[in-house]
Amino acid sequence: MKLKSTLLGAAAAIALASSALAGSHEAQGRDGQLNIIYWQAASILNPYLSGGNKDIDASALVLEPLARYDENGNMVAWLAEDIPTVENGGVAEDLTSITWTLKEGLVWSDGTPVTSADVVFTANYCMNEEGGCQQLAGFADIGSVEALDDRSVKITFTKPKPFPYSALVGSTMPILQQEQFKDCVGVNAPNCTAENFGPIGTGPFMVEEFKANDTVVYVANPNYRDGGKPAFGRVTFKGGGDAASAARSVLETGEFDYAWNLQVDPTVLAQMAAAGKGTVVSAFGTGVERLMVNLTNPDPALGDKRSTLEGGPHPFLTDPAVRRALSLAIDRNLLAEVGYGEAGKATCNVVPAPAIYVSTANDECLVQDIAKANAILDEAGWMPGPDGIRQKDGVRLSILYQTSTNAVRQDTQALVKQWWSEIGVETELKNIDAAVFFGGDQSSPDTFQKFYADIEMYTNLFDGTDPEAYMGSWVCSEIPSPANNWLGSNMPRYCNPEYDALAEKLATTAALEDRAAIVKQMNDMLMQEGAMIPLVHRGSVSAHANSLEGVRLNVWDSQMWNVADWSRAK
Amino acid sequence: MLNYTLRRLMFSVPVLLFISFIIFLILDLAPSDPTGNLPLTIPPEVREKIRTSLGLDAPMWVRYLLWCKQFFINEPLNIWDQWRGTCSFNCEDRLRVVSYVTRSPVVDLIVERMPQTLWVVGMSYVVGILIAIPIGVISAYKQYSVFDQAGTFISMVGFSVPPFFSGVLVIVIFSVQLGWFPSIYDTTLEVVDWETFKMQVKQMIMPVMVLALQTTAQISRFMRASMLDNLNQDYVRTARAKGLKESVVLLVHVLRNSLIPVVTVIALGVPAVFGGAIITEQVFKVNGIGQLLIIGIQGGDAPLVQTLTFIFAVMIVFANLIADILYGILDPRIRYD
Repeated sequence: MKLKSTLLGAAAAIALASSALAGSHEAQGRDGQLNIIYWQAASILNPYLSGGNKDIDASALVLEPLARYDENGNMVAWLAEDIPTVENGGVAEDLTSITWTLKEGLVWSDGTPVTSADVVFTANYCMNEEGGCQQLAGFADIGSVEALDDRSVKITFTKPKPFPYSALVGSTMPILQQEQFKDCVGVNAPNCTAENFGPIGTGPFMVEEFKANDTVVYVANPNYRDGGKPAFGRVTFKGGGDAASAARSVLETGEFDYAWNLQVDPTVLAQMAAAGKGTVVSAFGTGVERLMVNLTNPDPALGDKRSTLEGGPHPFLTDPAVRRALSLAIDRNLLAEVGYGEAGKATCNVVPAPAIYVSTANDECLVQDIAKANAILDEAGWMPGPDGIRQKDGVRLSILYQTSTNAVRQDTQALVKQWWSEIGVETELKNIDAAVFFGGDQSSPDTFQKFYADIEMYTNLFDGTDPEAYMGSWVCSEIPSPANNWLGSNMPRYCNPEYDALAEKLATTAALEDRAAIVKQMNDMLMQEGAMIPLVHRGSVSAHANSLEGVRLNVWDSQMWNVADWSRAK
Repeated sequence: MLNYTLRRLMFSVPVLLFISFIIFLILDLAPSDPTGNLPLTIPPEVREKIRTSLGLDAPMWVRYLLWCKQFFINEPLNIWDQWRGTCSFNCEDRLRVVSYVTRSPVVDLIVERMPQTLWVVGMSYVVGILIAIPIGVISAYKQYSVFDQAGTFISMVGFSVPPFFSGVLVIVIFSVQLGWFPSIYDTTLEVVDWETFKMQVKQMIMPVMVLALQTTAQISRFMRASMLDNLNQDYVRTARAKGLKESVVLLVHVLRNSLIPVVTVIALGVPAVFGGAIITEQVFKVNGIGQLLIIGIQGGDAPLVQTLTFIFAVMIVFANLIADILYGILDPRIRYD
C-alpha cells in the first residue's frame, strides 16, 4: 500500500510537470467546471465488473476502447489506427482472425506508453473464468489474443466470425492498464478496490475522487493525446435521487449541465423545458418494449412442468388468430405518447434499428383496429360467453399479464387491459419488483425466465449495431427450463427449426446486405408467428444546459463518448 | 447499577447473534438477485458465472459463517491495524465484508457516508428537539389556547405530510422559484473557510427543516402530554402554596419531572439518526446511510444490507440499554438491582 501511494504520488508529480510544460496549449481546462447528474449513481469505475450503464458511462470519461460507435451507429477507430477489414488486410480472408493496430504515441494518463501488452492483458482479464467478468459475451469464440509487436494485437477466433468487432469495441470493453491491474486477475478482481475505483486510462479525464454510489470527481488528463482538449478542467459526476429531480436540476434550477436517462412523464418534462434553461435531446437505439407471449402452458396444476415444453402448449395463445387479435387491439401510438413522449414511437418489429435491418412487412399493427380484432376472433370460433369473455371448448380467454414495477409500465398495462376487454379478453395484471423479475433467483416463481404467466412485458435491446447474438435468443436451445436452471433467453419458448436454420446461416454469412436480409426474415418470422408483440420503440432522453456545446447524444455507445469535445458556449 | 449494566451487556451478545442470523435468513430467502439489475444484454450463462464469482453458489450456512468471520474478526482487526498502522495476522490476505455491487469493503462505504448523514439527520434531530420542547411546555401550560391549537396543527402536519411531498415542495419553492438554496446536496464540499461554511449551511437548510418537522411533531406531543400529567400533581400545588415564583414552579419542578420520559424517547430515537433518512436523503441527494441502504436493497447487495441492518440492530440494543440507565439516573426511585 505504501509503495503504491508513493508511486501514485510520483505519477502525479510527473503529470503536474508535464501539464506545466504543456503550457503553450493553454487551452485545456479553459471552461472550468462541468456538472453531470446521473440519477442512478456510479458504483464502480471498472466496466468489466459494473452494474450497468451508469458505471460504464462514468468510466467512459477515463477509459477508452479500440474502436467505438458514433451517434449514427458507424464504427470509428478510437485507440486503434483504423478499423481492420478484409480489404485492408486487418481481417483474415477466412474470417478467423482480426489484427488491431494502436495509434502511434499513445500514453496513459500517468505518462507511460500504451502497448499491445495492455490490450492482450485486458482480453485475458475478462476471459478469466473466475473473475466474474460481465462483458464475457463480447469475447465469445476467441481462441487466443497475442501481441505481434508493440502496437499490433492479433485476435484469433475458434471459428469464422463474419462480425469480428465484438471484443474491445464500444464503451463496455475499454482497455485497462496492465501495470495497474496485473494483480487483479481472476479471484482477485473484486478485491482491487483502489484499482476499480480509480482506473488509469487514456481518456480526456482522470479520477480525482470516487465516492461509490454517490459522486465521482474528475480532472482533465494532462497527457491526453488531443492538445487543447478537454475544454473542461473538472467534472463532477453526481448520482442519486430520481429522474424527475435530475431533469429539474438541469432544466429548471440550472445547477447541472447534463442529465441522463430522463424517464419522466412527457408532460412534466415539457413543462420543465419551458423554463428555458436547458434542452431535451433524444435518440433512438434498438430498445423495444414488447409483450412476450407464453407459448407453453403456465397452469399451476402442472407443478414443475409449468411453462416448459414438457408441460404442453398454451391452451389458447398457440392459436395464431388470438395472438393477431391481441396485437391489433393495441393502440401503440397512444402507448408511446402517454408513456414515453419524445422517447417513444410505435413499432411492429423486434429489430427497430439500424435502418438496414428494419422490416416493413409487419406494419399492419401500427393502426389499432378493434373491429377487425373482434372479427378475427369470431371467425376463429372464440364466442363471447355469458360474462362477455370469449371462450371456445370450455377455454376462456383469460390472461395473466406481468411486468416489472415501474409507473410507465403500469400505465401501459392498464391501457392494454382496457383494449383487450373491448375484444372480450379478460386480463389480470401483476407487477414484480425489477430486482426480482429480472433476477435469476432459482427459488423465486416471479422471474421473467420462469414466466409463470401468459404475457409478460419488458424492454430488450442489443449492444452496438450487430444483431446476431440478439437474434440467436429465440432458437430452441435457448428455451429456459429446469434442465438448464432456467438460464436461457427464449422467453416465449418459441421453437421453429426453420428459425434455427436461419440463425446458423446468419453466423456464417459475411456480406452486410445478406446479413440484413436474413435478420429481416427472422424478425418477420417472429412477428408473424406472434411469439412477441412489439409495442414501443424506446429512445434515450437526456437534457443538457443551453450553455453546454458539443453534446451528440449517442445510443450506440456511451453518452459520454465525445465528452472531450464538450465545451461552454461563450 | 454496574451489575445490572454488565448483565444486560452480556445478555445482548446472544441476542445480537440471533438477530444477525435472522437478518441473514431473511435476505437469503428474499427473491432478490445481485445480477438482477444488470443490462439484459448480459447472457444468462455470464450471470451465472458472476454469481459464482460472488460466492453465491456456497450453501447458506457457509456464507453466514463467512460473514460472521469477516464481520466479527476481520473487520475489528482491520480497524485496529488502521489505527495503529500495523499489519497483524497477515493483513494482506484478510478478507473483509465486500459489497457485491461496488466490490469494495462495506465498512469503508459506511464510514464515507457517516459525515453527511450525521450532519443532516443529526442536525435535524437536534433542531427538532430544540423546537419541540418549548412548544410542548407552552402548549401544556396554556392548554387549549391559540398557541396550543397551532402547535397541535403543526404536529399533525408533521405526522401526516410525508417527506417525499414536503421535500419536493420546498425544492420547488426555495430552489426553483426563489433560487435561494441548491436542490442537490454536494457531498464533496469540504468546509475550510467562511464561504464553504455558508454553502454548507445553505445546502443543509432544506433537508434539515423537512426532517426536523417530523421530529418536532413527535417530541412536542410527548412533551405536552408529560407536562400535563405533572401539572395536576399535588407537589405542584404544594410548590405554589409555598409561594414559589410561577417560572420556578414550571421550569424547575414540573419541567424536570416531565423530561424523564421524554429523555428516554429521545435516547431511543438516536439509532434512527445513524440509520439516515431513506426518503429525505433521496429527495435532496444527500447520499448518506439511508440512500446506501436503499441502493443495497434494490441491487440485491446482501453483504451491504446485512452489515448495515446489523449495525442498526447493535445501536438499537445499546440505545435501549442507555435509555434504561438514564431513566434510573434521572429518577432515583427506579432501581434495577
